[in-house]
Amino acid sequence: MGLACGFYQGSTNCSGCPETVAIRNILEVAGKETVVVNATSCLEIVSSQYPHTSWGVNYIHGAFENSSAIASGVSLALEKMGKKGNVIAIAGDGGTLDIGLQSLSGSLERGDRICFICLDNNAYMNTGIQRSSATPFGAWTTTSPHGKFSVGKEEWKKPIMEIVASHRTPYAATASVGFIPDLKEKVRKALERKNQPSFLHVECPCPLGWKFDPSKTIEIARLAVETGMWMLYETEKGNFRITRPVEKRRPVKEYLRTQGRFAHLFKPGNERVIKRIQEQVDIEWGKLLKLSGQK
Amino acid sequence: MTKKVLEGSHAIAEAVKLCGPEVVAAYPITPQTHIIERISEMVADGEFRTKFSRAESEHSAMSICLGAQATGVRTFTASASQGIALMHEVLYNVSGMRLPIVMAVANRSLASPLNIWCDWSDTFAERDSGWMQFYCESAQEAFDTVIQAYKIAENPNVSLPAMVCIDGFILSHVYEPVDIAEKSLVRKFLPAYSGRKIDFGKPVTQGAWAGPDYFQDFKRDQHEAMRKAKDVIRRANSEFRRVFGRGYGSGLIETYNMESADHAIITMGSACGTIRHVIRKNKIRDMGLVKIKSFRPFPIGEIKGALNGMKSIGVLEKNISPGLGGALCHEIRGLTRKCSVSTFIGGLGGRDVRTEDILNIFDDIREEKRGLIWV
Amino acid sequence: MTGRKVAKAGVTSKPTTGLKKSGWRTFRPVITEECRGCGICVMHCPEGCMKTENKMAKVDYDYCKGCLLCANVCAFKAIKSEMEK
Repeated sequence: MGLACGFYQGSTNCSGCPETVAIRNILEVAGKETVVVNATSCLEIVSSQYPHTSWGVNYIHGAFENSSAIASGVSLALEKMGKKGNVIAIAGDGGTLDIGLQSLSGSLERGDRICFICLDNNAYMNTGIQRSSATPFGAWTTTSPHGKFSVGKEEWKKPIMEIVASHRTPYAATASVGFIPDLKEKVRKALERKNQPSFLHVECPCPLGWKFDPSKTIEIARLAVETGMWMLYETEKGNFRITRPVEKRRPVKEYLRTQGRFAHLFKPGNERVIKRIQEQVDIEWGKLLKLSGQK
Repeated sequence: MTKKVLEGSHAIAEAVKLCGPEVVAAYPITPQTHIIERISEMVADGEFRTKFSRAESEHSAMSICLGAQATGVRTFTASASQGIALMHEVLYNVSGMRLPIVMAVANRSLASPLNIWCDWSDTFAERDSGWMQFYCESAQEAFDTVIQAYKIAENPNVSLPAMVCIDGFILSHVYEPVDIAEKSLVRKFLPAYSGRKIDFGKPVTQGAWAGPDYFQDFKRDQHEAMRKAKDVIRRANSEFRRVFGRGYGSGLIETYNMESADHAIITMGSACGTIRHVIRKNKIRDMGLVKIKSFRPFPIGEIKGALNGMKSIGVLEKNISPGLGGALCHEIRGLTRKCSVSTFIGGLGGRDVRTEDILNIFDDIREEKRGLIWV
Repeated sequence: MTGRKVAKAGVTSKPTTGLKKSGWRTFRPVITEECRGCGICVMHCPEGCMKTENKMAKVDYDYCKGCLLCANVCAFKAIKSEMEK
């Protein structure tokens, strides 16, 4: 099935949207025998306005926080019907880390046969760029704006991969639209029955919410990995493996500089914020290297 | 046909087993828990081959049923009180997506204050959700209504979910004799699920969003389907009577002692049993009972017909709509201009509605007492 | 307006390909002679409106929104930007 068939052209996503880049490549791997369960999110809104749909595979939209639970139901029904197919739950960072966390935890704990994919654009973009627990430290959003008494989001990103891994999830991985072949390989692995329930956390730089030119979506996704702001790794049965090693990480400043949501960090007096971000990235990398048995 | 002495909740579990939903997803909550505990035992012993999912909340339980039903299998869940309130948004999803899920509800009050005993506030809060609501008077009726509910819900002209409501503790935990129907007869009355199924060769989108140009038309379709359901309910009830020898009035309402009555009491659920007993024991001739079995769809025509010629009526309701009074009372009040309607609110939080209370209610109805009367 | 006929339960399969997006553009991508037909732009296009034909990339301008992500990812700088007329 070609790129266009799983997801039709004509969806109303913003120009330069990373989610539609991701979904086309995901569906190319998943194929026709797939049921997508989508939470209320950017992807859902741009693709399913009655009477049209961009979905060339079976698609169910329920509510915001229950894509995981609905997917669990789909998976049980398919088993009962004797049908073999992929069940993929797709939600944004809100529908995964915040309001969706409970139902995700339930599905993982029960070992339901689903693949959960989080398309992380770092905020509630669908409703106009509000802060989520996935918004990075220091980033501007409409509900965590910088001001006299604020530098933007004041909390660190919720470590969802650690939460998922601690559920003894058979397969979980981070991915990025900047590294499509790596993403596709991880989708392939995640869809293998023996690896389910599986979880993919996909970095999706959003031109509108992060404030950069739409042509730079892929460039910024790659820069995130090169600076260590996003790490590409997978975990199988408790073993961690870095899938894209970065020999010498570029300073986080180079990443922060490219996006309007961090512009205020370059004003005099905010140097310490950038320093803190760099320190945290160093710590996270150190942790990952240790977990994957490297120095 | 076997006759067993069963708890209301176990009667429901037996009926569910006979209807054979392929997926059951539930979360425990007093006083429905016995339903799913009995189902769990049946599953563990291989008596009931269903996929039983132990959801981590009622919101997820209903979501799992939504996913399974949308894929193409029959489903079941049970809940009460806080659980119904928690799954509120998913109830609207399910009815909007026209999925014929059947849910048993052991009616229980809503906190605060926290209370585990019977009243109708949980299901009354969902009266606009697009779910059909059937209220049962006995364990036998609960058993029969589960089977009928699937048939009604799955009718292609209806395709709406249904709640089978039993008074918490009063029916769920009390033992009564129940005729367990023959499996082959149930299969004949209720064949395997033949609704919408997922086809990989013909992919469809379910749950699309609709703008102002379309949304209202979907709601109109739901309302029309609910109205058509009245006829489907009547036919299901007559067919059930033919096959199993048991029926419940027209299927929408039941009347008792109305032939000689000048006054009537209207109510739902287990209180009907108490009222029949009071009328029989005291040989009361001027008072009759109109039992509403189907609260949604609301049987306007049949209730109007039953109340024809009444001098005064009273409505007994186990729910309070603060600032209005009785929601059911007002729905009835709107149907009759010719006679006085007395409003009785009682039984909230499981407070007993005793035979003495019923006799007092009868007197108040005869006296055409006004204002909201707390039982 | 009142009384539109809608599909039962809103179940639909009518593709969005019926809705053209060409009006969204300010700039349009133009494939130059440098193109090797490697398909990297095809893999990354958010609209799925690129394909390779005769070893060259081709843009379906009915759906192109002019983000120029393709020009950015092209390893050979074979896509240039032109103002929409």
